Amino acid sequence: MSLIHVVGFGLKVGHLLWVPCCLIVSFIYLNWFNCNLGINHNHNCSNNNKWKMGFLGDYDGKVWLNNWWEKNLGNTCKQYYYKYNSLRRSWWRKLWHAYVVFWIVISSSRFLHMSSEATEKRKESLVSLCDERARMLQDQFNVSMNHIQAMSILISTFHHAMDPSAIDQKTFARYTERTAFERPLTSGVAYAVRVLHSEREQFEKQQGWTIKRMDTLEQNPVQEDDFALEALEPSPIQEEYAPVIFAQETIKHVISVDVLSGKEDRQNVLRARESGKGVLTAPFRLLKTNRLGVILTFAVYKKELPSNATPDERIQATDGYLGGVFDIESLVEKLLQQLASKQSVIVNVYDTTNHTDPIAMYGSDVLGDEFYHVSTLNFGDPFRKHEMHCRFKQKPPWPWEAIHSSVGMLVIAVLIGYILYATVNRMFISEDNYNEQMELKKRAQAADVAKSQFLATVSHEIRTPMNGVLGMLNMLMDTDLDVTQQEYVRTAQGSGKALVSLINEVLDQAKIDSGKLELEAVVFDLRAILDDVLLLFSEKSQGKGVELAVYVSDEVPEQLIGDPGRFRQIITNLMGNSIKFTEKGHIFVTIHLVEEVVHSIEVEPQSTSKDTLSGYPVADIRRSWEGFKAFSQEGPLGSFSSPSSELVNLIVSVEDTGVGIPLEAQSRIFTPFMQVDPSISRKHGGTGIGLSISKCLVGRMNGEIGFVSIPNIGSTFTFTAVFTNGSPNSKEGRSQQINNQPHLASSEFHGTNALVIDPRPIRAKVSRYHLQRLDIRVELVSDLDQGLSLITNGNSAISIVFIEQEVWDRDSSISLHFVNNTRKVDPPKLFILVNSNSSFRASSVNSGDPFPVVITKPLKASMLAVTLQRAMGVGNRGNTRNVELPSLSLQHLLRGRRILVVDDNSVNRTVAAGALKKYGADVVCVSSGKDAISKLKPPHQFDACFMDIQMPEMDGFEATRRIRELEHMASIEASMDADGNNSKLRVPILAMTADVMQATNEECLKSGMDGYVSKPFEAEQLYREVSRFFPTS
Amino acid sequence: MDVLQLQRKLREHQAAMLREGFLDDQFSQLQKLQDESSPDFVIEVVKMFFDDSEKLLHNMTRALGQVPVDFKQVDAHVHQYKGSSASVGAARVKNVCATFRNFCETQNLEGCVRCLQQLQQEYSLLKNNLQYLFRLQEEIQAAGGSIPTIE
Repeated sequence: MSLIHVVGFGLKVGHLLWVPCCLIVSFIYLNWFNCNLGINHNHNCSNNNKWKMGFLGDYDGKVWLNNWWEKNLGNTCKQYYYKYNSLRRSWWRKLWHAYVVFWIVISSSRFLHMSSEATEKRKESLVSLCDERARMLQDQFNVSMNHIQAMSILISTFHHAMDPSAIDQKTFARYTERTAFERPLTSGVAYAVRVLHSEREQFEKQQGWTIKRMDTLEQNPVQEDDFALEALEPSPIQEEYAPVIFAQETIKHVISVDVLSGKEDRQNVLRARESGKGVLTAPFRLLKTNRLGVILTFAVYKKELPSNATPDERIQATDGYLGGVFDIESLVEKLLQQLASKQSVIVNVYDTTNHTDPIAMYGSDVLGDEFYHVSTLNFGDPFRKHEMHCRFKQKPPWPWEAIHSSVGMLVIAVLIGYILYATVNRMFISEDNYNEQMELKKRAQAADVAKSQFLATVSHEIRTPMNGVLGMLNMLMDTDLDVTQQEYVRTAQGSGKALVSLINEVLDQAKIDSGKLELEAVVFDLRAILDDVLLLFSEKSQGKGVELAVYVSDEVPEQLIGDPGRFRQIITNLMGNSIKFTEKGHIFVTIHLVEEVVHSIEVEPQSTSKDTLSGYPVADIRRSWEGFKAFSQEGPLGSFSSPSSELVNLIVSVEDTGVGIPLEAQSRIFTPFMQVDPSISRKHGGTGIGLSISKCLVGRMNGEIGFVSIPNIGSTFTFTAVFTNGSPNSKEGRSQQINNQPHLASSEFHGTNALVIDPRPIRAKVSRYHLQRLDIRVELVSDLDQGLSLITNGNSAISIVFIEQEVWDRDSSISLHFVNNTRKVDPPKLFILVNSNSSFRASSVNSGDPFPVVITKPLKASMLAVTLQRAMGVGNRGNTRNVELPSLSLQHLLRGRRILVVDDNSVNRTVAAGALKKYGADVVCVSSGKDAISKLKPPHQFDACFMDIQMPEMDGFEATRRIRELEHMASIEASMDADGNNSKLRVPILAMTADVMQATNEECLKSGMDGYVSKPFEAEQLYREVSRFFPTS
Repeated sequence: MDVLQLQRKLREHQAAMLREGFLDDQFSQLQKLQDESSPDFVIEVVKMFFDDSEKLLHNMTRALGQVPVDFKQVDAHVHQYKGSSASVGAARVKNVCATFRNFCETQNLEGCVRCLQQLQQEYSLLKNNLQYLFRLQEEIQAAGGSIPTIE
């Protein structure tokens, strides 16, 4: 039992320790798990990046191989990881099973422990109950026995010690009757006297009856109540007799019966007289009551014997025997009635003198609990042994407490375990999901990259043969062709060009998608770019009779730093769209500083819709930038109020009077490959990615793009872009800048006054803008009369008059009048501004001899300059000078320079050397990278080096790298020597390459080259590159 | 023959060559490089080109005959050839080279062989034409005339 306790306690303590252990272990595991996950993630990412870079980087086989290796390595790692993961998972499952089993064991042991405790308790209570009963029974019996012993002393005192006896049957019967309350358990008391055979006759005579035998009585003791004593036989001759002489009324029938003749009784009597103590018979059925009883027998002695008297002495001193009949059954019953919980306990009393065959003295055979307790009873007779068996009536109840507590414990433990297990499981699942999603993401990215790569490759691959096609078509055009053939070729050429531009667009989109689009930052002239764009579209617009105009605000600096190509692309895209969808009216490009526009919002009220370039209504330009974030920020000035003069915020609007964009299509206008409806692409061509590309480009220029479009009125696209100011001092430097531009030849018109007659202010403003660019002072009037008065009365001499076609055509008589009147004074040159040649030709049947010169719009400064030059006879040497400029300058730059040409191809080498020699340079040629290195050792003998890139053994990049290393070492030495002459320590190296690509350029710069020139040399490019190193002075 | 006639012939021939794409602007540039200091510059360069061409064509033929074909090797030769033809302004040869390189990149043996044949043909055509041109120039010089330049 104590062992069980110890085990139970151990388990409890173990449980208390186990729970925190579990927690700690799970936390550690979680942390470790997270770390592991993180590392794995990083690994994946880096792997992915490398992979992506490899994919987009170049086509070098080695890189591919590397990537393949890395990819494979990554995959195997991942496989290991998955394997490991599943291993861990099965391990967890096993752990979970073990956990469950463990707790089942714990809870069942707890159950056993508790139920055994309960049984133990029950047993203890039974033992105490049983012992208590036994003791009480014993006490009760002893009390009765003592009474009988007292009676025996009474008899010896009053019967034997007195002569004549003071007691006869009658007295005895009465006495016993009256003292029966003292012996509630004895049903009757009788006294038998010892009679020796020699005294028998005398005794029989004295008593008046013969001594009778008991055997028959014993054989059928319960036959009837009134059996006749007379039927008993007289006792046969014995050595001695013990006939009953006194008996209680209840057992009067035993008088005269010889107790010694009964077998049981004889034994009893003999033992009683030998021991001098009360002696019990074996239980038997009582005569009348038919209950189990015993007879207690005491010997009555003649004299008082010492306690150590021998049996013989006792036998000798024996006078008689007193017997009492005990009703054991009722004794026990009465006793049990006095005690509590008599119902729950079953009591059996046995005489176990004969061990093998115990005699039941009390109790039924009612089935009870199997477990019983035995208490020994001592009734004072050492010969007889009695036992009391107690058992519970009910079977032991289910140990509910133990069941509840153990089952509860198990449930709680299993629940906690399951929560842990489920959490871990969930973690595994989410980890799996994560991995799966990473995989998917990677695949999606790869697919995206592959798509872009595919587009780029395909575009590139198409472009190369297309260049061949276009080149051949160009050549074909120069051959002798008839009109039809020329038409065919022109169509083919047009289609080819369209295809190339489309491919370029797709390539751009691919570049934007793969994030490879990079903007340049070079100085450029915004106005020149717009002139180019105008030229591009002028033919188309003239054909359609659509007026095309550009206006750039004076506030916009002449020189900007940014990416002119991309800027041009945006404007071309927008204008291209406008041209496509405009059949009448105008297309008007305006460029302002954002600050100007913002101020105009504040100051100017809404201008009337009539006040447009062509008179057609347009969509309100303001609404096109409603959505711009920069405008909505903190008041009207927003973020543009910054005083920084470095950044130039431009706002560019392209306004047309075309069909407009249907409202339902307006939301997806910037989505790639989206067109309003499929018929558009059939009618107008194009891929529908122009706007999407434009949006991206604008975004890259830190700008925003927006539009407003009203169907059948027109659309206005507006975008902002941020450039850096390229002119050091914009305001003052402007006029000077214009002068420096040779192609405009503006200085020739300096000081000229011009008059523009135009009823529409906006159109007049455009004309003035272009004229002002030529440094011509401009006056604006709205009709011919005003103009005439200005010419005749004005202070300044007006030498040029520009008249809108519309004004000119309105009334030929007024026009004629105007012409005639102007002729009176110093006749100014007349120019008519027309939209398209055809429209004017029809109406210009004018008889006036100095027919005004017709200028077809769109106006461009350069075109205006040429026309004016021609009309006014100003010298036109500017052009020829310009063509010669680069080669002359090259001579200037290169004369006397020592230049090393490195090329393995002898033809190339000779040609390059020849070209450089032509410009006066001193040329040395070598044919390999190694020779170049040996020639180019600092301090350098050469002023520059032209290096072929692709050479056997050592290519241009490698050679340059080596040279730069040598230079680096030399420069360290030089700095130690504190020799200030650094110019000899670094030679400019220019790459010569046949195929000029962005990648090549980057590679050039990376390996330490200073730039590249195409092969064979182009004078202009050569000049540009060389001028960077050789100062013009 | 009359010098003037020869000069006219030369002009016509050269114009035809330009028109037919045998030569391009680069050849004119080359001619401009020729001056008193290097009177035979063009002829020198073109001779060099002929030598180079023959060597390279031979190399290409050999490289394409190998099994398996080392396309990188072939491509290197074609690249060389493209460079030199660009330098002298042999436009048609250069164009064929460009196509040739594409075939090399895609490892198209059939295309390569066809291109090689084409190159050989173009080369011989060009050579004949140029030789004729030089012969005319020589004759003009021998007749004491100056070689007209082409604008």
